[in-house]
Parts: sequence; C-alpha cells; structure tokens
Amino acid sequence: MLKEKFKSLQSTVVPLPIENIDTDQIIPARFLKATTREGFGENLFRDWRFDNRGNKKDFVLNNPAYTGDILVAGKNFGCGSSREHAAWAIHDFGFKVVISSFFADIFKGNALNNSLLPVQVSEEFLNKIWQQLEANPKAQIEVNLEQQKVILPDGSSESFDINAYKKACLLNGYDDIDYLLSLKNEITAFESR
Amino acid sequence: MSTLFDKLWNSHVVNRKEGYPDVLYIDRHFIHEVTSPQAFEGLRKRGIPVARPDRTTATADHNVPTKDQHLPIKEALSRFQVETLRKNCKEFGIELYDLLHPFQGIVHIIGPELGITQPGMTIVCGDSHTSTHGAFGAIAFGIGTSEVEQVLATQCILQNKPKQMRIEVNGKLGKGVLSKDIILYIISQISSSGGNGYFVEYAGSAITSLSMEARMTICNMSIEMGARGGLIAPDQTTFDYVKGRRFAPQGEEFEKAVAYWKTLKTDEGAVYDKVYTFDAADIEPMITYGTNPGMGIGITERIPTVEELKDHSEATSFKKSLEYMSLEPGSQLLGKQLDYVFIGSCTNARIEDLRLVADFVKGKRKADNVEVLIIPGSKQVEEQAIREGLDRVFTEAGFELRGPGCSACLGMNEDKVPAGKYCISTSNRNFEGRQGPGARTFLASPLSAAAAAITGRVTDVRELI
Repeated sequence: MLKEKFKSLQSTVVPLPIENIDTDQIIPARFLKATTREGFGENLFRDWRFDNRGNKKDFVLNNPAYTGDILVAGKNFGCGSSREHAAWAIHDFGFKVVISSFFADIFKGNALNNSLLPVQVSEEFLNKIWQQLEANPKAQIEVNLEQQKVILPDGSSESFDINAYKKACLLNGYDDIDYLLSLKNEITAFESR
Repeated sequence: MSTLFDKLWNSHVVNRKEGYPDVLYIDRHFIHEVTSPQAFEGLRKRGIPVARPDRTTATADHNVPTKDQHLPIKEALSRFQVETLRKNCKEFGIELYDLLHPFQGIVHIIGPELGITQPGMTIVCGDSHTSTHGAFGAIAFGIGTSEVEQVLATQCILQNKPKQMRIEVNGKLGKGVLSKDIILYIISQISSSGGNGYFVEYAGSAITSLSMEARMTICNMSIEMGARGGLIAPDQTTFDYVKGRRFAPQGEEFEKAVAYWKTLKTDEGAVYDKVYTFDAADIEPMITYGTNPGMGIGITERIPTVEELKDHSEATSFKKSLEYMSLEPGSQLLGKQLDYVFIGSCTNARIEDLRLVADFVKGKRKADNVEVLIIPGSKQVEEQAIREGLDRVFTEAGFELRGPGCSACLGMNEDKVPAGKYCISTSNRNFEGRQGPGARTFLASPLSAAAAAITGRVTDVRELI
C-alpha cells in the first residue's frame, strides 16, 4: 500500500541537544495502550513537556521560538524499547525528519517504515547545526533525499547514507509488505526445502 | 570460515538481491498485546490472512494485573488492548496463552520454558528484549509494529545483515557476582550505544559456565548496549535444558536435532568486526546510578564526576541524569536508602532467580522502609515457586509474591513506583519514568536486590553471604 512520499524539505528546526534519548522519553509506556496508529503526537515527550499536573515545563517543544518539520537531537537517538509508537508520535506531531549523529537501529528502521526520515550526520556537522541555531533560531535547514544531502543556512552541507532500497521506498511511497508479498513463490519454495 | 551468526543468517535467507535488504525467514514469531493491534489492522485492510499461524505464539504480558488475575482488568485501555489481542488471535487462528492459561507469562520467559525457543532458529517479536532467546544459539531480535505486520503477512522480514561483535568473558566469577553483573559491567564498559549496528556473540569460560537461565539474562540486555541481539553457541547445557520441554522435539527427533545443533558454532579463525575481552575477576556486584543502563558502577565504586566521564560528549545527558536521580557526582551509592525493591521482568523472573532470592532471605525479614515485590515471569514459574515452598519464605520475609507479568518493569499495568521514590530493580531499564512518572531506578542483580530488601539500603551482598 502506498505511504506518504518524501523527496526534499526545507524547514526551521527544533533542537534537542541531549544524548541517548530513549523511546520511553519519546512516548512513555502508559501511552502505548491505543490500538490504532493515530493520535500519539499529543503525548510526544510527554514527561518533558508537562509536569504531573499537566502544566507546561520549560522544554523546547513548548518554546514558540522553535517550530518546524525537522527535529535535531544528540547522539544515540531512539535507544531502548522497540516501540514503533515512538516513530508514530514524532511523525504525528508533525516532524518529517530527525537529524542526529547516531540512531539506534530499531528506531531507524521504524522511522523509515513510517515516512520519517532519520538523517545521520557527523559529530562535527551536528555541532555546526547547534551553532547556527544558537545564532539564529529561525535558521532553515534543507534535507534533500534525492541528493542525500543536508544543507545549512551558511551553505555548508554534508552527505548522508541511506539504504538504496529504503530510499526508493521513501521517494515512491512504497511499502515493504508489497515487496515481500511479491516474493510469495520463493517463500513457499524455501518453506518446502 | 564463518561465525555462528553467519551460519544461522545464511541458512535463513530466502532472497538476496543487490541493493536490497535480505529477505530472512522467521521460524518463530512471538506476539503480545502492545505492539500487535496495528499490525493485525494492517492485514485486515489488505484483506490477507496470517501466513503461518502455526509459527506464531501469542501471550498477554505488558498490561496484565499481577493481583486478582481472575477479575476483569480494571484499567479500560489495558483491558481493551488485551481484548483486542483475544479478538485478533481468534480471527486469525493464532493460539493465545491468555490470562489464567497455565502457559501465560512474559513472552521471553515462556518461549524458552515451553521449549518453543530452540537452537538454530530465527525468532522475532515486537519487543526489544527478544534478544533473550539468543542464549539458545538463535538469531533473535526485537522489531517494530510494521515489521510485525510483515512477519504476520509473509513469515519473512527485510533485514540488512548487521556487523558482528564478539564479547569474551574469561575466568571465574567472584562470590555474589551473577550473570546480571556481567552484562551490567559489559554495558558500563562499552556504553549504551557501543553495540549499535552489531549482533553480539558472547563467549569465554565465564559465559559457558553459566546456566541457561543465567545466559538468558546476558542476552536479554544485549539491546541495552544498542546491539540488535546477542547469542551464545549451544552446548550440552543448552541441550539438557531443552530436552523434555513441551514443544521441544521428542525422542528420536530430539537426537536428530541435537546432532544438527552441535554444528552450530563459530569456525576457528572466523573474523568479527569487533572483539572485546573481559576478565570475570574484575567484575563486582554492579549497580546503575543514572538513567540509561550504561551508567553503571561496581557497588563499592563512586559515581563519576563530569571530569571523570569516559566519553565527555555524554556530559549533557550525564548531568540531566543525576539531576533526575537527585544524586551527587562523585558520591557513593552504597548505603543509599531505598523505598522499593522489584524482583521480576524478562531479565530476572525465572525460577532460578526466585530460588536465589529465597535461599538468601530464608529466615530474614525485610527492612521496614521498603516495599518488596516479587513478580514471577510466568504462570509456570509461579506454580513452581509455590511447589517448592518459596512463597512461604517470601511471605515470612515480608515480601509479596504476585501473579506473572511485566509489572513494574515498565509500569503499563497498576504496578508503578511513585514519583521521587527509589527502587532497586532486577529489570533491564532505568530510563526516566520507566517504572512510573518520576520514579528513580537502580538496576542490579536479584541477589543485590534481595540484600537491599533486608537492609533497606543499597548493600554489598558479599558482606551478607
């Protein structure tokens, strides 16, 4: 089934310069009880956004200075639980891209399966992003999937890796299950080996 | 020359094509109520059945209450999620080990104890601790819900082959040091992201001398260093454990299986992408102080200061962690007063763990300032504990033995640690809010948890045995 397509994007950025952000922070376990994929965005980073009385905390998602479709985070983003709800929550909140210097494997896979592009950049390039955002919170970053490139406001850029198959899926809105179903005969042959 | 992982992987590749991930055949798919509903909904939308219901095992574990399991689940959303699993299993023809079923329990506990988990298999589940099953010499890893849907639809999964790491632990463990301490030590050494992109094979005399249940604890936490999974080559310990279990091959079939399982090992001279070697003698009982499982120290050590951090780029999350835990850099944890003790979870809720705890606490009484919860990993563990009289030992010590489930490992059911309270836990994660919003978690072995229950403080168990 066709999913949302992704080609390129230019947007302001939400910075989250913290390392090792685990999926329990992205979406706490108590919000995993839904049986559909929708509506997780309202609880994204719930315990960092709100105190236990529901009052807003001093957190970047509550800061109107920062908006946009790109989330930039410290290294080892998405570690911990395999819950795909984390990718759903980030996407549902409105982000299309997450940039970090390192992603946990399962999170990366989950994101790619949900039209959320994880872009891994070098530690130096990530530092450059922090600096440019500090100078100008409204700075825009361009993420071009076709060229596999991130371009900063000062014109500097860095290439990023993506699996060729996954790139084609995102560009065309393809789905893994369609591909696997097309291999039905081979799977049956494997089973009767 | 191939590694064990190569052999297992290659024998399960259905299709390999340049520029595409491998299509990997899955021998066993475990499902539970939390990560499956959206996958079943996907099948329904496509109008397709579950490809191999006979290779799919379902149980309810994350949301289930650990008290009065015969009553309807109180919390509406939890109840609905478990009911949705029931409905889906019925509609798609999957056997479900539901609440009160004699085989119900945490998905990673019941697979091995029922003999469903066997050497040589590929095993997946929508839960990151699926790595547990690697202890049998299987490729086992956690997946997301879209992948659960792939496996339900085709019994296959698209995967890029990960890099390989070998972690050797040699020598003899010290007194009071358990397999949980080994894995907490390894993660503290290579960090919570040190295994990212790798599949780990554990080897060395300290590993092969462990029981099956102790090996499962190690593999269970492979994900906590970022690795997709961890495995241990099967040996006589493995075969003896599997033999006679309900869904294991029986009689002649078993002998045939063992002959094959004996071939499952890494060839001499096979190359890994990365190798670590540790000495068991360097490991003391471990405890975590921060909010990821890599932030661990020996029980007698001090919490590092910012300057002492191995990786200075972790300074931000280090400071944030200590603030959350309300702890001082450079201070000791030993003697720190506790509020809760949780012995349970897919890491340490097997019968061996409960026996260890019972042996230690026999004739002792818990400290007044702590509440002690013992949650068996499965109905079978619970019944075994009662048959062996462990329940009486726990009751006399002031501990509460409840019904099986994930419980206060992740606080999806009613068992939670209140905000600001300290809990020493045998589970696998100390993330912020993991055991409930604001809860503060110290990870440790069942023996260290038992010692803390008696003294009410973080304790070096070696002084009490």
